[in-house]
Amino acid sequence: MNDIKPQDDRTPEARAARRQLLETLRPRLERIERRSFLRQGLSLGALTMLSGCNLADGDAVDRVLLAMSRFNDRVQSLLFSKTTLAPTYAADRITKPFPFNAFYGIDDAPDIDGDTWKLELSGLVADKTPWTLDRLRALPQQSQITRLICVEGWSAIGQWSGVPFRTFLEHIGADLTARYVGIKCLDRYYSSIDMETALHPQTIITLDYGGSELPTGYGYPIRLRIPTKLGFKNPKYIGAMFVTNTYPGGYWEDQGYNWFSGS
Amino acid sequence: MTVETVASSSGKPRVMVVHPLVVRITHWVNAVAIVMMVCSGWQIYNASPLIPFRFPAWMTLGGWLGGGIAWHLAAMWLLIANSLGYFGYGLIGRHFVRSFLPITPRAFGHDLREALAFRLKHKLGTYNAVQRLLYIGVLVLGVAALVSGLGMWKPVQLQLIDSLLGGYPTLRWIHFFAMSGIVLFVVVHLALVALVPKTLPAMITGRAHLDASPAEVQS
Repeated sequence: MNDIKPQDDRTPEARAARRQLLETLRPRLERIERRSFLRQGLSLGALTMLSGCNLADGDAVDRVLLAMSRFNDRVQSLLFSKTTLAPTYAADRITKPFPFNAFYGIDDAPDIDGDTWKLELSGLVADKTPWTLDRLRALPQQSQITRLICVEGWSAIGQWSGVPFRTFLEHIGADLTARYVGIKCLDRYYSSIDMETALHPQTIITLDYGGSELPTGYGYPIRLRIPTKLGFKNPKYIGAMFVTNTYPGGYWEDQGYNWFSGS
Repeated sequence: MTVETVASSSGKPRVMVVHPLVVRITHWVNAVAIVMMVCSGWQIYNASPLIPFRFPAWMTLGGWLGGGIAWHLAAMWLLIANSLGYFGYGLIGRHFVRSFLPITPRAFGHDLREALAFRLKHKLGTYNAVQRLLYIGVLVLGVAALVSGLGMWKPVQLQLIDSLLGGYPTLRWIHFFAMSGIVLFVVVHLALVALVPKTLPAMITGRAHLDASPAEVQS
């Protein structure tokens, strides 16, 4: 996924180390690249008046792109099928190691104490009692081996297990006719999904990866695994959820990533 | 293409229609859409390169990954709408059959040798066999880019594409090779327009003054 030079390819360890270093630096590098792009006058974009939109500064081009992105949300919602399942794979297809990815390096991933952790609930939900890991583990569990596709283009196959999100939403008496489920994470990340996707049979509150407790890098204590959405719509380190009819946005979505981002 | 001879008997310069209006409109819309798609595609590619190479920032569109995707998936609709118009006209209006067929191996061999020797005479209104094959080839690449792109955009809802073409990672390569072929075509195309500049106004006005004998033009 990055400039991997042939001489670095000799051992899997070297590759993994290099990959991890680049993963760590990437968000910072991208921010620097983006800032320098905006300052740079002479680019193809500037030449053709197609300036380097960040979809937040509200100029005419950005407004058109944003309108097209909302149009694409609607098209994707129409294409979405409640019953079409993401392809599943045999265990020997699992990508090892499964890559860590976030807007920060793995060393900055939040270290959460699962014994004191609670999942807070709010919004259009009948029972707002916070949930513990033990209570989640007591619900029916489901396992899947599916491909996670990152918005950047790379993909990886992994095994996730946990509580079907539909089961959980029914359990807490969520208004299943509401439009959105919002998710707040303990690493300042946040996102939101449409209710149809929330109720999809493969959308699960993940407690385990590869048959054992979710590692820190993959979102301990819980992450949402949604194989019908791009990776960034699979939030990790979840601390709170809410059901709402008001568009909640998201960390990347508010900067210009397409909101629906369905697969 | 339609070859019509206009005002031929009165002694005025003879003008003929070499490119029908539909072809001219879809050609120029396509030119804009392809530039948007390719440059925003390079922006997206740079986020996770397939080979150890990144496109220079000045060649990309969107400023960052999110901007690149926004451009790509907006221009996608322009390209799809334009392609429907062009392919509809090409198939129903028989533009493809009239302009791109037949291509015989003999004619191709002859025209290729002549072209490489810079002896191939350009006849406005008629494509030579090499052109015909290149135009058909780039249309096939365009379809490959579109289908593989849709498969990458919707690997679950359109998973038939993924399973037929070898899965998501393979689609990325197909998309990449189709893009490379299209870009190569554009480079050759622009170079040939530079060599034979009279083809450019004809693609704008659709008309060209006859500077050859009618028999040669009508070939």
